[in-house]
Amino acid sequence: MADDQDQAIPVQTVEEPLDLVRLSLDERIYVKMRTDRELRGRLHAYDQHLNMILGDVEETVTTSEIDEETYEEIFKTTKRTIPMLFVRGDGVILVSPPMRTAT
Amino acid sequence: MLFYSFFKSLVGKEVVVELKNDLSICGTLHSVDQFLNIKLTDINVTDPEKYPHMLSVKTCFIRGSVVRYVQLPADECDTQLLQDATRKEAAQNKQR
Repeated sequence: MADDQDQAIPVQTVEEPLDLVRLSLDERIYVKMRTDRELRGRLHAYDQHLNMILGDVEETVTTSEIDEETYEEIFKTTKRTIPMLFVRGDGVILVSPPMRTAT
Repeated sequence: MLFYSFFKSLVGKEVVVELKNDLSICGTLHSVDQFLNIKLTDINVTDPEKYPHMLSVKTCFIRGSVVRYVQLPADECDTQLLQDATRKEAAQNKQR
């Protein structure tokens, strides 16, 4: 049959954790990173180190301050958007589909 | 070697490298190596508070391991090509 010519893409079964990441290519994902950072963006590329390229990214940085009088922890978030971003894998903690509270 | 090849395709473009110590450096990508070490030329610092006094520095070598992000020009990135290359690389790594 003519189908046997280009075997560029082999069988795609999910066996190892990185196969789960492969399923999210061209989808929006959530990335938790070290130093209290989170990214939400479209996954365009990744490798075994979890280096990634994300498009239309929103980065959320969470900082906590201690109120001097009440000694309670106040959490603040800072967000910014970046159109195309390379992320070095050694900062990544986890990768997941975006967690939405929508039904 | 996916990202090494990808960065080689971006040589000559302007990028912003954000380091793990919160420094952001804007510059022209001069070269990259297999460790994703980066050489930038014609640099200037972007974020106001987070930069050291590098007024006289025009080019720099950045060790790959200290990079947190590299902000890329979106129109220079072929996302379809990236995704296809990723699938191939993932398949190759699995076969090893």
